[in-house]
Amino acid sequence: MSVSVIRASGLGKRYQLGERRGGQSVKDAVGRVLRRSDEPLRSTFWALRDVSFDVHEGEVVGIIGRNGAGKSTLLKVLSRITYPTEGRVEIRGRVGSLLEVGTGFHPELTGRENVYLNGAILGMRSRELQRKFTEIVEFAEIETFIDTPVKRYSSGMYVRLAFAVAAHLEPEVLLVDEVLSVGDIAFQRKCLGKIEEVAHQQRTVLFVSHQIDSIQQLCQRVLLLASGQVQAFGPTQDVIGAYLSDAASSSDGDFDLSAHPTRAVHHTPVIRRLRLYADDGTMTTRYAPHDPMVAEILVEPPHLLREPIVGIGVSDHFGRRIFTVASFFEPEGLEPIKDLSLIRCRIPELRLGSGRYLLSVSVQDRYHGELDGLENIAEFEVYWQNSYGTGEPYRPVFGPVLSSSQWERMDP
Amino acid sequence: MDGSWRRRVVLKGPSELNSAKTAKRARAGELRLGLEASSAGAADVPALTVIEPPRGWGFFPIREIWAYRELLYFLVWRDLKLRYKQTALGVIWVALQPIALAAMFTIVFSRFLSAPSQGLPYPVFVLAALVPWQLFAGAIVRSSLSLVANEHLLTKIYFPRILIPLAAVLTASVDMIFTLLVLTGVLIYYGVGVSTTALFLPLLVVLVLLAAISTGVLLSALNVRYRDIQAIVPFLTQIWLFATPIAYATTLVPDDWRWLYDLNPMVGVVQGFRWAIAGGDFPQSLFVSAAVIAVLGIVAIVYFRRAERHFADVV
Repeated sequence: MSVSVIRASGLGKRYQLGERRGGQSVKDAVGRVLRRSDEPLRSTFWALRDVSFDVHEGEVVGIIGRNGAGKSTLLKVLSRITYPTEGRVEIRGRVGSLLEVGTGFHPELTGRENVYLNGAILGMRSRELQRKFTEIVEFAEIETFIDTPVKRYSSGMYVRLAFAVAAHLEPEVLLVDEVLSVGDIAFQRKCLGKIEEVAHQQRTVLFVSHQIDSIQQLCQRVLLLASGQVQAFGPTQDVIGAYLSDAASSSDGDFDLSAHPTRAVHHTPVIRRLRLYADDGTMTTRYAPHDPMVAEILVEPPHLLREPIVGIGVSDHFGRRIFTVASFFEPEGLEPIKDLSLIRCRIPELRLGSGRYLLSVSVQDRYHGELDGLENIAEFEVYWQNSYGTGEPYRPVFGPVLSSSQWERMDP
Repeated sequence: MDGSWRRRVVLKGPSELNSAKTAKRARAGELRLGLEASSAGAADVPALTVIEPPRGWGFFPIREIWAYRELLYFLVWRDLKLRYKQTALGVIWVALQPIALAAMFTIVFSRFLSAPSQGLPYPVFVLAALVPWQLFAGAIVRSSLSLVANEHLLTKIYFPRILIPLAAVLTASVDMIFTLLVLTGVLIYYGVGVSTTALFLPLLVVLVLLAAISTGVLLSALNVRYRDIQAIVPFLTQIWLFATPIAYATTLVPDDWRWLYDLNPMVGVVQGFRWAIAGGDFPQSLFVSAAVIAVLGIVAIVYFRRAERHFADVV
């Protein structure tokens, strides 16, 4: 059996509610002393409680959970940025943590200077850095700009350089927070590849992400956190399946999304509600394989969307996208959206094998980019109905998409 | 399971991120199983990091600072680089500051007020005091702001937090080279010979560095919690300047006030510098200053080590 590299037991982190960031003034402190001491203490909350888990050598473990579930706090405790209130963690080996890319990058310094500074901050020795310098610059693809101050870099170049330094960190244990959601797709792929490479060298990686597909691609096991506690820790597929269906279940096809917990912080709540209907106008979450589906999305844009793009994605239970439909796939598109509107989308035929599926919704504007997007927020079920009239049962091995086809025998 | 785990725990070297406590534990394991450890090639077996709620007092993390010495170097290097980027005169500003201050004091105190200067040419008298003072004042201004200014580092990555105010003090102390150059020029101009007591200068530099580090470390940690500090520091340094015998000699201080006056650690330090450069009577107040700096240092470290546990949560 392999050795455990990270062993957390009974880990807890308590914060005081109302503790203001940005310090306080002497006035507050004096006020506190002057107040009677029997005054009740400010209420506290546990960002983490009773968290215990073991990670083995060479394992890549994903950490998932809704916003505020304690993912980042856990990573901060593991990387010793903040202390736990209780419990204990033992980590074997040199720890590298990447809570953001480009920590300590300074706009006035050149690319070369920032590589050395950032490397030192991440805990690399300067001899190690000198050896890897060319490799880092090549990985970042910015050879000609290496002696230019980074304030003149495009944001893409900046991120590439920052990630390149981080990617050449060679700790035995790597803690990564959501850093892959930056940069263009090609570069993201390169980064994922680099993490996979790290994992193949018997290094241990702990990886926090909202992107279910990168978790799936990289991790053998997943730790699911909910309100600061471990809700599940097991094989990736099992945990992700449980997480997604838990986050998206509804009994009747009416999904209130106005204050959805998984909405990314940079998104405004444009998508207020989603309702799923059968073709006859009754709300439902159950469909036959070849049924039409009608989705109604209530949107409230903050400003006029002159060329709105509304999209719906359907994913399977492992978070893999099966298909996407979007208003801009259709030649007539959508007319401008000014205020509260109901967007109706009809998919004439689902053509899905039986099972549970998840819907994602996104609202974009050609001029403003994505305003709101919610991933895997509504679950529906496709039940098996013998629509071929042959009595053949559906088997998962067929795959999720039911295409139609014509068959005939011909002479060669 | 537990046994096999422990067995592999061998301290890799000073570069590891261990607390002293962990290191001790690790070494105990190594001793118990010394044979296996050495046969396995102790060189590259990773060490153990233990994360627990902090308890008790914190002491000066000398081992950790050593392990992170390269980061300390790069932090100083960064600040020095940034200081002179996009300035036309660059380094000249650093030399101009003590010159302007010395000229000002000479006009006001020597010409207008005819203050005594221990038989030295007044510019020599002032500059000998400005050498330690400029370092001290620059260091406490820089370091008191340092932790808050590096908030993005505190909340994103682990390293011994004390490196931040230390780096600020070291950055500021580089200026002393230029003040010393100006002083040398003035000494030559007035034909004042350097006394043999100048051999004590390195010791005095260490003392003023310790004073600056103690004050700076304390103020930086206080500023994380109480932002009032950054409002206080500018006029604190001004008051402190006049509470220190820089522009005048201690002979002007009434005897009744001397005990209070000598509690200012910079009194002895400044007199010490003057003594080292120009000779004369050895200033007894140097001992008082050293004692005050020692107490200040202990208070600063203890406070900093306790406060740093919450930096990332509070800053």
